[in-house]
Amino acid sequence: MPSPDPTPHLALALDGTGWHPASWREPGARPAELLSAKYWTELVQEAERGLLDLVTFEDAMALQSDHPFRPDDRTDQVRGRLDSVLVAARVAPLTSHIGIVPTVQVTHTEPFHASKAIATLDYVSTGRAGVRVRVSARPDEAALFGRRDAARVDPTGRDDTGLTELFAEAGDYVEVVRRLWDSWEDDAEIRDAATGRFVDRAKLHYIDFVGEHFSVRGPSITPRPPQGQPLVTALAHQTVPYRLVARSTDLGFVTPQDGDHLAAILAEIRAEQAAGGRADEPLPVLGDVLVFLDDDADAAAARKARLDELAGAELRTDALVFTGTPAGLADLVQDWHAAGLAGVRLRPAGNAHDLPLITRALVPELQRRGAFRTAYQESTLRERFGLARPANRYATA
Amino acid sequence: MTSPRKQIHLAAHFPGVNNTTVWSDPAAGSHIDFSSFVHLARTAERAKFDFLFLAEGLRLREQNGLIYDLDVVGRPDTFTVLAALAAVTDRLGLAGTINSTFNEPYEVARQFATLDHLSGGRAAWNVVTSWDEFTGENFRRGGFLPQDQRYVRAREFLAATGVLFDSWSGDEIVADQESGRFLRVPDAGRFAVHSTQFDIEGRFAVPRSPQGRPVIFQAGDSDEGREFAAASADAIFTRHGTLEAGREFYADVKGRLARHGRTPDSLKILPAATFVLGDTDADAQEKADLIRHQQVSGQTAIKFLEQLWNRDLSSHDPDGPLPAEDPHVGDSHIARGRASVRMYRDPIATARQWRELAEAKNLSIRELIIQVTGRQSFIGTPSAVATALDEFVQAGASDGFILVPHITPGGLDEFADTVVPLLQERGVFRTEYEGTTLREHLGLPAHGA
Repeated sequence: MPSPDPTPHLALALDGTGWHPASWREPGARPAELLSAKYWTELVQEAERGLLDLVTFEDAMALQSDHPFRPDDRTDQVRGRLDSVLVAARVAPLTSHIGIVPTVQVTHTEPFHASKAIATLDYVSTGRAGVRVRVSARPDEAALFGRRDAARVDPTGRDDTGLTELFAEAGDYVEVVRRLWDSWEDDAEIRDAATGRFVDRAKLHYIDFVGEHFSVRGPSITPRPPQGQPLVTALAHQTVPYRLVARSTDLGFVTPQDGDHLAAILAEIRAEQAAGGRADEPLPVLGDVLVFLDDDADAAAARKARLDELAGAELRTDALVFTGTPAGLADLVQDWHAAGLAGVRLRPAGNAHDLPLITRALVPELQRRGAFRTAYQESTLRERFGLARPANRYATA
Repeated sequence: MTSPRKQIHLAAHFPGVNNTTVWSDPAAGSHIDFSSFVHLARTAERAKFDFLFLAEGLRLREQNGLIYDLDVVGRPDTFTVLAALAAVTDRLGLAGTINSTFNEPYEVARQFATLDHLSGGRAAWNVVTSWDEFTGENFRRGGFLPQDQRYVRAREFLAATGVLFDSWSGDEIVADQESGRFLRVPDAGRFAVHSTQFDIEGRFAVPRSPQGRPVIFQAGDSDEGREFAAASADAIFTRHGTLEAGREFYADVKGRLARHGRTPDSLKILPAATFVLGDTDADAQEKADLIRHQQVSGQTAIKFLEQLWNRDLSSHDPDGPLPAEDPHVGDSHIARGRASVRMYRDPIATARQWRELAEAKNLSIRELIIQVTGRQSFIGTPSAVATALDEFVQAGASDGFILVPHITPGGLDEFADTVVPLLQERGVFRTEYEGTTLREHLGLPAHGA
């Protein structure tokens, strides 16, 4: 089934100086500025110059680590990062079109806080906010909060009980966040001088969510955001998280390795969507690609080899690694789009090198082919993905 | 020759969700749209204020079991607004009220350290506690904290965030591209806190921020609250009262500092204050009276009365006399999610005073409430207000004020344009920012110094 949008969407995934662990050593990487507002603002402004759909910000509670379950003691990679919701808010007033999607970890945090934070991001960006939800199974992240043990997730994947429970809770979390966004009807604020009432309390709603892990009464302290429901997104690699994408999100990120894999992933997500009663709803899915770009393919491959050597190991990652020219990447983007993805989320190997090639070479190449926008048209992120502003679940009129 | 006059510190309080804020005025704008926050922040920065202050409450207030609808309702998320304001201001301090009951130290420390980085050292945290099950219903933990443990948790919470802020000393990141060394040491950010309330450990994700830690505010004037502030706060957010009460509080709190090895200058005392300006003093008085009537409608007066009486008084006429019966005293309260009701420590006695006042002056319910609740702190011409503010500070009753405008977002404009220049002429308020961090604006010692 081809994607409904005539041209592919391009998202940008930002993480530190880039997705290669040695990218901080490349010329222009500015590794000492990763904690400054200027660094992030300039990257997002560059993405906006390239008319990209949205930018996501990677985040986790724990300090970066090469080890999957505990801190490491490496001193040769970037360590330290900022809260991505606040980075997104800091960038929002200095951009005007691009979608802004920080990461919220849902296992140890409060859905009430997350809901009002993302609603507020939607206000400060006037309708450009989204959120990527992610779970945490790391014992070292659980220890930072000290409130509960880490979920027991079987690393072999044979027993998915722990994973299912973790993602079921994530589903509850998203449900609460969404109900809280709807807990104020759009016209709840009435400022009625005649009756002296600021709000019509009949349009404020208790959400009364009761789940296995938490219950939340509501309503939110923050009125319904401009988009009604900011975009909820998630990255998924297997069946259990595909279910979360299919049932709870507005936009999915997946990691196809080739065309067959892509078809299988989409089939699984669409089946879960149908099982969840959402078969008729649009659910765009973007494929993640980690990119090394250069004007010729050999140079791109050589750069990857050089970075691998600096890192002391070949790059290991969940997404397809593309080394090649912007034109070659444009071919891939179009192939995946034709195969049913709404577009791609690009992970630059090194921001300093690859981002300008995305915005100044890939984008013009796609534009020449009639396969990318030449100006921003929509005013909200939902509109950009063809998603209607949803009716409020609590509104009766 | 006169001795140098004490410098005044000024802050702008974004109008709150209470009846001080007049939403019915034609000039009143949105309390949610970012443009309102930008307006107030830029006005404050133009006037060289020390900081902007945001309050927070985590549950919509209720009275008689219904969401309270007579005041402004709703506000955005504190951290998110402050981070966004950092993008549209350069020097103004950014102070947020964040609850230590319904948050976790790791997350709050991560957020404040991030805000401090993103604002170049302008973050401040007003630490508040609440313990009620009412607010807890919005959170995973529910109302888990017995009231008598709130200062224990607050103390331990603040101490835990202190450990986190100090887990990076500031010289760990070398980021040497040539040698490939990013960190100087392999265990940067390592911390552990094991206390009665917290059991956390690991490595903190945010390297040391420009101020080391945010400026710490504490509100609350109980003995326990004063001691908590004297031990660990950089500033106290208080209620404005009489000059005598101000001097007493000021002397008491500053007097506690030495016991904690601190100098008097290391803790600022900043009462919240309201103001009304006019062309003449009489004009200002008239405006103040009008604003008080906007703030206290007949309906609002009845609601206030119910908060003291703790019973439904909706059948009473706000233009009529006070109820003859005494307040209902009990554990449950008619108003929930509202800090002010806890002030009525002896409702029967307060009700008796109110009745006596009403009888002596022949006041209706509404007129009485206008008199006994929240009269404006400073009323007069810009010159008179500037003089009064200065005298209050020079007399040792405060180090400055957190000004609460009654109109969003333009309620500070006139003050910035008329009173601030007079304070500058008197030599008691800065004409330019000298430092870049909030700690520098407030004249506080560097953290860890």
